[in-house]
Amino acid sequence: MIEHQPKLALGPVLYYWPKEQLLDFYDRISAAPLDIIYLGETVCSKRHALNTADWLALAERLSTTGKEIILSTMALLEAESELKTLRRLCENGRFTVEANDMGAVRLLSERKTPFVLGTGINVYSDQTLRFLAGLGAKRWVMPVELSRQTLATIQAGRPEGVETEVFAYGRMPLAYSARCFTARYHNLPKDDCQYRCLDDPEGLTLSTREGQPFLTLNGIQTQSAQASNLLPELAELQELNVDVMRISPQAENTEAVIETFAACLRGEREPLEAARALNAALPYGACDGYWRGQAGLRQVADLG
Amino acid sequence: MPNAQPLELVCPAGNLPSLKTAIDHGADSVYIGFRDDTNARHFPGLNFDAKTAAQGVQYAHAKGRRVFVALNTFPQPSGWERWQRAVDQAADLGVDAVIAADISVLDYARRQHPNLPLHLSVQGSATNYEAIRFYHEQFGIRRVVLPRVLSLSQVKHVLENSPVALEVFGFGGLCIMVEGRCLLSSYVTGESPNMCGVCSPAKAVRWEETPCGLETRLGGLLIDRYAPGEPAGYPTLCKGRFMVNDQTYYAIEEPTSLNTLELLPDLQAMGIAAIKIEGRQRSPAYVTQVTKVWRAAIDACARNPAAYAPKPEWLKELGKVSEGQQTTLGAYHRTWQ
Repeated sequence: MIEHQPKLALGPVLYYWPKEQLLDFYDRISAAPLDIIYLGETVCSKRHALNTADWLALAERLSTTGKEIILSTMALLEAESELKTLRRLCENGRFTVEANDMGAVRLLSERKTPFVLGTGINVYSDQTLRFLAGLGAKRWVMPVELSRQTLATIQAGRPEGVETEVFAYGRMPLAYSARCFTARYHNLPKDDCQYRCLDDPEGLTLSTREGQPFLTLNGIQTQSAQASNLLPELAELQELNVDVMRISPQAENTEAVIETFAACLRGEREPLEAARALNAALPYGACDGYWRGQAGLRQVADLG
Repeated sequence: MPNAQPLELVCPAGNLPSLKTAIDHGADSVYIGFRDDTNARHFPGLNFDAKTAAQGVQYAHAKGRRVFVALNTFPQPSGWERWQRAVDQAADLGVDAVIAADISVLDYARRQHPNLPLHLSVQGSATNYEAIRFYHEQFGIRRVVLPRVLSLSQVKHVLENSPVALEVFGFGGLCIMVEGRCLLSSYVTGESPNMCGVCSPAKAVRWEETPCGLETRLGGLLIDRYAPGEPAGYPTLCKGRFMVNDQTYYAIEEPTSLNTLELLPDLQAMGIAAIKIEGRQRSPAYVTQVTKVWRAAIDACARNPAAYAPKPEWLKELGKVSEGQQTTLGAYHRTWQ
């Protein structure tokens, strides 16, 4: 029996980088061994290094590499201007869209166009997945707080033709707020944030007063400080018929991470050893607690 | 959809005494949960079993008031039957609405009990009218409880384009994150509102007197440390003092309560259907106090909105039961964001 071979995806850039840095990043990434690239601003509509037309042009350019290009949409939609951008993306007519809010699900299902359910959509059961598949979902990204046991049950009841994607590497999105925590750190009101999130290409690290880092402030989004790394679980992900493994971009080292995952998928490297090497480069270490049904920040598997 | 009726006061009831006192002091509706993880206040000793729920519904209905049941967590496959039973139980009790968030729960309720009114819980994270239209078209929801993240003008815009009535939070604990999309609690403790109906659960909390002062911990992480004499609060994860670079401060949110008493004329004029009071986990004394004040305020505002102003004694009473003894307009007031 041939092992189920997951595809490799690069999630949307969750931080705010200047235009040159973003374009430079995607130039380099275009040569990386990826099957899927998610593109777009998902966190804050004030970030304007690339506008919608720029993102669409970038998508067009990257699609010539043969990779599947998906347009990701915002997780927290409040203003009419944000809905306008959302409509434009949903109606692009060329690329599949990743919905991160039920508003996007509505617009996409209305157009009868297949779509992806991103980390912003709460799919906690196969019942929910079946319902959304009926509306046109062709792939879902498992909420990061779900465990492998829950995934196994959902996979057993998964509707025909729907792919399962797992957030396999990177700092996990954990929360969204009306408040911008980056502006708050700089003592600025959100309406006059001066785009200070440009200062920190991987967000601001939040620690306890004992100096234990555990969260990352990224504008209105809160992420984990520890990076989820499920590379050591590769065999299990394959057993569970996971179709896509997502790597979430960081400012540093992303290409090396992609290379490492790809080498493991090709069987050229051993996942445990490769994961150890990746984790050694992480400033606050890795975690796999959610996957193991525990507190998300824990590293449960002993990697030696 | 703007609403022309008087503002409805929706009060929390964590148990039968709270339900009765809410009704006695002027709640138009109360919302309750069952004794398990089917609701987002799954706390030890709280909530209703079959018998007390039936008594509560009877008590409210006898006085012409309404009871809503919150079934607003996200079932995983292993617990699915519990949520099905809870929906059936709510329907059998003859409650006036089920407040749900999860697609599968809404779908089940819609198919099995087509006459059971559905409200979209705040846990459904509907912050825009396209999302509200989705839940209305798919499940026929009649009302949406908005997350506590929108400014007043954003609320108005949603309302003008929403096919259903809106309920907004008026008072109580302030979730600074979009409800239904916050995993901070499970990141630190393994249990979250979505999965388990708890945030910063008591069993993960430790209080410790140390030479540096009183320390509060959650899942082993230091959430806050209090100098002698400084009032200490429950270590809700997002309301601790943390370090970012060289600054130590309430990096996410101060311990504070939402209080929108001064916004009542605006909320009434724009056509909000209902004001929700947070706090099913609070005591009957809290429910009594808050219900009394809000009943008086809503009535005063309905009689003469132009002359309405929150009375100092109302604010004083609410201040006594507020977290950290302070209140905020939260996201309704744009500058807070």
